[in-house]
Amino acid sequence: MTTTTAQKTTAELAAEYGLKPDEYQVILDRLGREPNYVELGVFSVMWSEHCSYKSSRMHLRKFPVTGERVICGPGENAGVIDIGDGPDGQKLACIFKMESHNHPSYIEPFQGAATGVGGIMRDVFTMGARPVALLNALRFGEPSHQKTKRIVEGVVAGIGGYGNCVGVPTVAGETNFHSGYNGNCLVNAMCVGLADADKIFYSAAPEPGLPVVYFGSKTGRDGIHGATMSSAEFSEDSEEKRPTVQVGDPFAEKLLIEATLELMASGAVAAIQDMGAAGLTSSSVEMAGKGGLGITLDLDKVPQREENMSAYEMMLSESQERMLAILKPGREEDGYRIFKKWGLDAAVIGETNTSGHIVLTHKGEVVCDLPLGPLSDDAPLYDRPWVEPDMEAPLGSAPSAPVGDALLAILASPDMASKRWLWEQYDRHVMADTLADSATGSDAGMVRVHGTRKALAVTSDVTPRYVKANPYEGGKQAVAEAWRNLTAVGADPIAITDNLNFGNPERPKIMGQIVRAIDGMAEACRELNFPVVSGNVSLYNETNGVAIPPTPTVGAVGLLEDYDLRAGFHTLKTGHVLILIGETAGELGSSIYLREVHGIEAGAPPKVDLATEKLNGDFVRGLIQSKTAKAVHDLSDGGLLPAAFDMASASKVGIELRNTTGLEDFVFAFAEDQARYLIAVDGASAHLVLAKAAEAGVVAATIGVAGGTDLSLTGAMSLSLEQLRTANERWLPEYMA
Amino acid sequence: MKAAVLVFPGSNCDRDCKVAVETTTGAQVEMVWHEETSLPSNLDLIVVPGGFSYGDYLRCGAMASLSPVMAEVVKAANAGVSVLGICNGFQILCESGLLPGALLRNSGLKYVCKPIELTIENRKTRFTSAYGEQQTVWMTQGNGDGNFFAEPDVLKTIEDNGQVVFRYVENPNGSANNIAGIVNSAGNVLGMMPHPDRAFEPALGSADGAPLFHSLMKVLQAA
Repeated sequence: MTTTTAQKTTAELAAEYGLKPDEYQVILDRLGREPNYVELGVFSVMWSEHCSYKSSRMHLRKFPVTGERVICGPGENAGVIDIGDGPDGQKLACIFKMESHNHPSYIEPFQGAATGVGGIMRDVFTMGARPVALLNALRFGEPSHQKTKRIVEGVVAGIGGYGNCVGVPTVAGETNFHSGYNGNCLVNAMCVGLADADKIFYSAAPEPGLPVVYFGSKTGRDGIHGATMSSAEFSEDSEEKRPTVQVGDPFAEKLLIEATLELMASGAVAAIQDMGAAGLTSSSVEMAGKGGLGITLDLDKVPQREENMSAYEMMLSESQERMLAILKPGREEDGYRIFKKWGLDAAVIGETNTSGHIVLTHKGEVVCDLPLGPLSDDAPLYDRPWVEPDMEAPLGSAPSAPVGDALLAILASPDMASKRWLWEQYDRHVMADTLADSATGSDAGMVRVHGTRKALAVTSDVTPRYVKANPYEGGKQAVAEAWRNLTAVGADPIAITDNLNFGNPERPKIMGQIVRAIDGMAEACRELNFPVVSGNVSLYNETNGVAIPPTPTVGAVGLLEDYDLRAGFHTLKTGHVLILIGETAGELGSSIYLREVHGIEAGAPPKVDLATEKLNGDFVRGLIQSKTAKAVHDLSDGGLLPAAFDMASASKVGIELRNTTGLEDFVFAFAEDQARYLIAVDGASAHLVLAKAAEAGVVAATIGVAGGTDLSLTGAMSLSLEQLRTANERWLPEYMA
Repeated sequence: MKAAVLVFPGSNCDRDCKVAVETTTGAQVEMVWHEETSLPSNLDLIVVPGGFSYGDYLRCGAMASLSPVMAEVVKAANAGVSVLGICNGFQILCESGLLPGALLRNSGLKYVCKPIELTIENRKTRFTSAYGEQQTVWMTQGNGDGNFFAEPDVLKTIEDNGQVVFRYVENPNGSANNIAGIVNSAGNVLGMMPHPDRAFEPALGSADGAPLFHSLMKVLQAA
């Protein structure tokens, strides 16, 4: 690749870098001249789908983004919520976001996943927060596909290798396997951090004449055009894109976190931005652009890992663990002292000004001079044509099966099998504030707000098979399930981050999935008072024209004011009475039961009634806060019986259930009706709970009792917990062996 | 009690150790940077925390063992000050020669994080006197290189001397003789892979690490 500024740019070259002919024409019109090679590179990454959200932006506006507890919604590096007062009276904030690293993880699983974790942590500490919890939502191809095992191995090692070293606990996550992800795995990583609410840092440059400081790792040639790659479909030759994947160094990230937080505490920082997708380009353009200013950078001063790097390579590199800060006047020495302590490279590489331009010099030559306005304001915005997506018709009657056999098959299926093999590779306890993690037996991860009685509850949810069967209902369900999981541990759900993974938006049916899923999510967010504070969109998840199942992942955060009032499903004891909260109409469309027992992927997904969701959830949370509920588990994938197994297994005590409905036993056991919880109470308080439920208009019924060593449904099945646990634990380690 | 927690670039349990010592003993804890060439005076305890010191590049604990502060820790240990190395800290103590043996890659070749059951093999040390005889306890563990190894004669010596303090009930990583933690022959330096600093109060799932710190207090109070 030749990379001189003298090289002539053409519409063809622009197309090679992902710019459409009409987009290139806009550039020519705005500049009144042809961009040079560096300038074209800057435009191509800034206008990539990944950086500009050009296909999704107009639909993302439907999300509610404000609320009593929202301090900063979408548009910054991460969302910020108010979590009340700290021990010394300071105002506390929680800062969080989820982001995809799908394309790089498919090409190079270990580094792709590792740098996904690194990138999302930087988004959080860039705003002044110390990262305190990590989550990941993973979707892999079907187990029999030739690439799946290698990708699982690499992704899990990459996530663990990075998070473990940096020292942030990975407390929750979700993992699915489906043939729809054979050509495109999904790696969505979420980071949650804590900060003082009055010490949050933003990216907008506040005034002209301030030094622009680069610090962190040196810039190399890795990841050039990563953002562009992530905005295109895959084909057979995607292996050739391996050089666009970045390489992570978690040790450097750990030093970067400590140095950044120390620099912020010193009072020297005026504005700060990490170098993520599109590296130096997007960080400098955003800082100057958001501040309504201009910026000059002298690229000769950029710390470089390799010799003879061109301006183009430096601006487009996605080398990891790098930050750009604008310091307050005269504070450079504070910076250098801190960077030296942590052994980081650092240099003043430029200055803010009032020009409204980004001007880059290299070897005494101006290699880029672009007005900032067009780069952000004139970024393409598409109202892509869309049609109603394909949807599943309501299911007629479902085929029956012996309940015990079906349960064994479900618990041993790839989606439902224990993921112990994965999460035992993640440090879940570092920072010594983890109250609940993947091993605990609870619907959400929980970490203490250090030094207080408060705790954050965190979860990640979406049911792709529902979204595929009906994007609108599936979108609602993703949000509702996240809300339910937080509720089931006793937390007040506060806000979400969304990570929208879809196929090619230029295809009207895919665009229809995007539009309808967002409609459903937005509706649920409004009804549940659960605003979106940050997010990420990953499109073009297609290989050879086959799109992934629509997967709008929801990462959610809730708050417990007193972590002693938390719940899990590992606390069931002999003699507890089991109460099912919520109505079971017998929804089996697009259920785990149909897919795993009968090989049928069909039927409309369960309806989500948001008013009922709220009513039932608020009731359950009340029971937890009054310490009436002794164990709680939400009902989701697989329905009642798999949830009862989870509770019995985690608590090491059997459960005897009976079918209190007129439904057939297999329907009662495996229906996936929404807004339901399985709760355990003392025998003496069961009557009172049912009376309170009736008073509140909540459907509730006593369906069983805890005791013994078996899980049974009277008249339908009885199996030992040992046998069920073996079936549940065996699949993944055997597959990965 | 007066304690110090060392901080290397890449340490990530330094705060955990500080909080654990403070919470369980009320001690005054100072953080000591790896480049320091002297330690605070009159220390009763030096904690070498877990993490990935210097990225654990080269070999776990190898670079940290050559840091300026470790030269001071060796001097203090030889003078009888209590030294506790946890996880990466255990690796550093082995690399610096304060403890025998070495920590190899886990036999499963993967990082393993899980709660783990331990037996107290020797409660006559200054670190374990608050535990019961042959008591079993739970702590969590998280490491990729926790597989304790020593040459047969060294292993025999530490067994014969009662230097094995903690033993795994179920061996998670291939450690020789199920060893999870050992003391030096003088009994003032303890290295262990499980984390008492993540098991010092019930909310964390176990408070079984707390008696370790209480034991150190008992020694001081008796003195």
